[in-house]
Amino acid sequence: MGDVLFTSAIDGLLIGVIYGLAAMGLTLIFGVMDVINLAHGPLIALGMFGVYLLFTLMGLNPFVAVIIVAAIGLLLGVLIYFIAVSRVIDAPPLSSLLSTFSVNMIIIGIGTAMLSTSSYNVDYSLGTLDLGFFRAPGSRIAASLVALLTTVLLYFFLYRTRPGKYIRAVANNRISAELMGIPSTRILALAFGIGVMLATVAGGLIATILPINILAGGSYELKSFVIVVLGGLGNPLGALLGGLILGLIEGLVPVFMKTTWVPVIEYVLFVLILLVRPQGILGAKE
Amino acid sequence: MKRLFKPGLLIPIAIIVALAIWPLFSGNSASAREAMFTLIMSMALASSLNIILGYTGYVSFGHIVFFGIGGYAGFWVITHLGWHILPAALLGGLVAAIIAWLLGLAVLRLRGAYFALATIGILEAMKALVINLDFLGGPVGLEMHFSEYKRYGGPMESLWMVYWSMAFLAILVIVVSYFIKTSKFGLGLMAIREDEDAAEVMGVITPRAKTWAYVLSAVFPGIIGVLFFFKNGNIEPGDAFRLHFSIEWIVMLMLGGAGTVLGPVLGGGIYQWLRKTLLTSPIFKDYQLVVAGVMLLIIVLFVPTGIIGWVRTRSAKLRRIFE
Amino acid sequence: MSRKWILVFALVLALTWTLAACGGQKAATEAPKAEEPAATEEAKEEAPAAKEKTVVVGFTASQTGKYNVPSTRQTTGLQMWMDEVNKAGGVKLSDGTVLKFKAVSYDDESNKDRVQELYTKLATDDKADFLISPYSSGLTAAAAVIAEQYGIPMITTGAASDATYKQGYTVVYQAYTPASRYLTGAIDLLMDLDPNAKKVAFVYENSKFATDVNEAAKAYAEKNGFDVVLFEGYDPDIKDFNAIINKIEAAAPDAILGGGHFQDGSTFARQLYEKGAKVKFISLLVAPPEPTFAELGDAAVGVIGPSQWEPAAKYTPESAKAAGIEWYGPTGEEFTKAYQAAHDGEEPSYHVAGGYAAGLILQKAIETADSVEKDAVLKAMDAIDMMTFFGHIKFDTSEEAHGLQIGHDMILIQWQKDGGKLVKQVVWPKAGATADPIYPIR
Repeated sequence: MGDVLFTSAIDGLLIGVIYGLAAMGLTLIFGVMDVINLAHGPLIALGMFGVYLLFTLMGLNPFVAVIIVAAIGLLLGVLIYFIAVSRVIDAPPLSSLLSTFSVNMIIIGIGTAMLSTSSYNVDYSLGTLDLGFFRAPGSRIAASLVALLTTVLLYFFLYRTRPGKYIRAVANNRISAELMGIPSTRILALAFGIGVMLATVAGGLIATILPINILAGGSYELKSFVIVVLGGLGNPLGALLGGLILGLIEGLVPVFMKTTWVPVIEYVLFVLILLVRPQGILGAKE
Repeated sequence: MKRLFKPGLLIPIAIIVALAIWPLFSGNSASAREAMFTLIMSMALASSLNIILGYTGYVSFGHIVFFGIGGYAGFWVITHLGWHILPAALLGGLVAAIIAWLLGLAVLRLRGAYFALATIGILEAMKALVINLDFLGGPVGLEMHFSEYKRYGGPMESLWMVYWSMAFLAILVIVVSYFIKTSKFGLGLMAIREDEDAAEVMGVITPRAKTWAYVLSAVFPGIIGVLFFFKNGNIEPGDAFRLHFSIEWIVMLMLGGAGTVLGPVLGGGIYQWLRKTLLTSPIFKDYQLVVAGVMLLIIVLFVPTGIIGWVRTRSAKLRRIFE
Repeated sequence: MSRKWILVFALVLALTWTLAACGGQKAATEAPKAEEPAATEEAKEEAPAAKEKTVVVGFTASQTGKYNVPSTRQTTGLQMWMDEVNKAGGVKLSDGTVLKFKAVSYDDESNKDRVQELYTKLATDDKADFLISPYSSGLTAAAAVIAEQYGIPMITTGAASDATYKQGYTVVYQAYTPASRYLTGAIDLLMDLDPNAKKVAFVYENSKFATDVNEAAKAYAEKNGFDVVLFEGYDPDIKDFNAIINKIEAAAPDAILGGGHFQDGSTFARQLYEKGAKVKFISLLVAPPEPTFAELGDAAVGVIGPSQWEPAAKYTPESAKAAGIEWYGPTGEEFTKAYQAAHDGEEPSYHVAGGYAAGLILQKAIETADSVEKDAVLKAMDAIDMMTFFGHIKFDTSEEAHGLQIGHDMILIQWQKDGGKLVKQVVWPKAGATADPIYPIR
């Protein structure tokens, strides 16, 4: 029993870091501009296919491909911001929910027409890491490490660089930030771009370990919702914690009951936290 | 009484009646009936959602949860207790209403995006729960024995019966929607939509008003769920609680104009008609989702009040006709 | 206020009453209308001159989505049958009418809610004479309701779940071996290989088909003294089997049984291998017999799968004679050769054979009925008892399980390495085996 718990916990944490990274994109955007990005799932899927195509067509190492995907994700995010988000940023929440959902439909529509909804695999293996008491595919461990590294970089960016500090200032109070001479439109676009970038990177990493299809982002989007609420809406570092918690739930709950109960627990927890402690476990945005 | 003969009520009812009797005049009545069923059902669902979303301003993203709950309740009593479809449909509505009331007490305290997220959570939790409930058939759902249709005179008669019930229900939703909008209760809801705290100060008992709006908006999807799944002959968690369908209702509502009586009728009709046209057109078949997405984006960005809202702001004369 | 409400209610009631009355009338007039085409057909048949008539066969195929691979193959098989019949001059009836077949199909996107809409369209707009099922038990259950509602005979292929044939349908016929007999052979094989094997784990997709298969197999395993250490369903959209693999390892079974459809099954086999799990015996549904399963490479080695049909299957006119059953249609060799000629030598999978067999069943029924009139064809279907390249075909005609396949049987295949190349070997039943099974795998 102890063995299973240990293995399941480690497995859960490994995937949890990646979940956390995906959720960070969502929560950053919400924290800065109060927009829930409903195109999050399809953007994760775009990240997956970015890595898949770079790997399959150009033979690029998937972990190198993730860097290119990140750059494309940033640009795409800025583009989406100016097309779909900037006009509705001060409108009631329904407007931004629907405008980002329309982006969702457009991406899924184009993706389905071009790639169909069939599954693809990135055929890339780093062997199996066997420590005797614990075994895991090498690519899983590598993907988790890259996710962790990205989180650290994000932290540095937000707390140690000028644009990062601007983003936090705008998140805190856009009007005062503008009064202080911070170019808020540009900063908002940048924040949206980074949020999308994080989603695509997470998608790219997922592609290295799990099968992908154009609709696959949807389930990670739902997981991201749960995570951001766990970690506090608008709190990027809380998302990492939320991701780890979700990973642990997914790893450990099946040891005690059927795997199909996992989503029940996740979503009930999600609604309960929204009701009882909407600022999340760590507290909401600063 | 005078309220009854206002064009604001008569126009949407006339639209539904005209659509409903269309299959009687078209040559291929079975396929016309199927098309009209989808259309009228969408109109009724969008109008139900309008009560909580359009009038009260609470964005219920996972509203299909009531469609699923009602559908399961009704389907279960039909297959397990041998109920007739009509009482079963009413039961579906009742169960949906009770659950909406209980949920409403808790989640209607949340505002804005938090409420929207909570409704998604409730939907997904309910779907995951039903998958684990063996008496509801778990992941594979419930199937109805075909001999059930014999009770109503055979499959064709059953389909027509469901169809007319659907049309009747759609008209009922419109009537309810109209009376809410023109009543003091409706004014209270719209006050909540504009500024909840101010509404409270002005004497609207907001928790009670919101809960009632939520319950009213849940009853009809519950009943429609039973009709829909009875017609399909089976019910599965994936169909009963499909988030995407729920979001489509919002799109219909926005297209026609949220917070108006005619808007959801128009929006539901146009959306389904467009979808069908795009799906069967060889050029747009693969890109129908893209076209729908671009359309939605344009509406949200440039015509956020929808078709009816836009018309109403443009012409004072039409404002008196369209509600 | 309350008086107004009563008035409104009265108005609405009156309106519905009128509508319902119209509806009733319509329903009454519609019934004879539906029979009209049949009447004109009879008139045509009576005409002395040889007339050509096009028989419309309607179905949906999953051109996209998770059922894409098997569904496309099924369609290929059906189309192959149709082309061959039409090329051979069609089916000739005794009154001289020549029947040619025409397929009308739509993309169901592997999505259930499109299926009913599209089958209604096939039944009404396209006036399909006969229907073929979509791929998968879930989609077929939805399509069967429409077939029955409009009374159009439907042959199902790629739809094994037993439940669909126990809903009181009268026009639905199954070409495949039903789910309840899918995995029982794997348990027989396991008992044969290792009398000491006691613990089995069932891990299966939460779909109609896989649930039916695994529940029946579980009952069979328990009856034979096995200890079922794990019996667990997973979401059809599952991507990550890690948690389940951990559970399997903790339960340490002698055999893993289960799976569901192609994508989840191949992902499961791949992740078991990547994780380095010890597996002695594994039998999964649907995915292994599919030729593309070989793309998994080493992860595929040793995986067993029940198959509806294999090119190596030994159903011949001679074996039919020996069993005292009528032979019908091409031989397995002819079928395989024709398919390979059109597909660069690729072996046909059982989904192709199933699609072809569905057409064959329809053809046989029409020939026996000597008409395309529905009742006659249905009667001929009930009477079918024949051996084909696909195997023995015979339907249950009882009221409780009408249309259920009771003649056909399963074969088990296993992927083995032959000089570095992956090959699919038949390992069960013993009489038809092409190789000895590998056991334990790793």
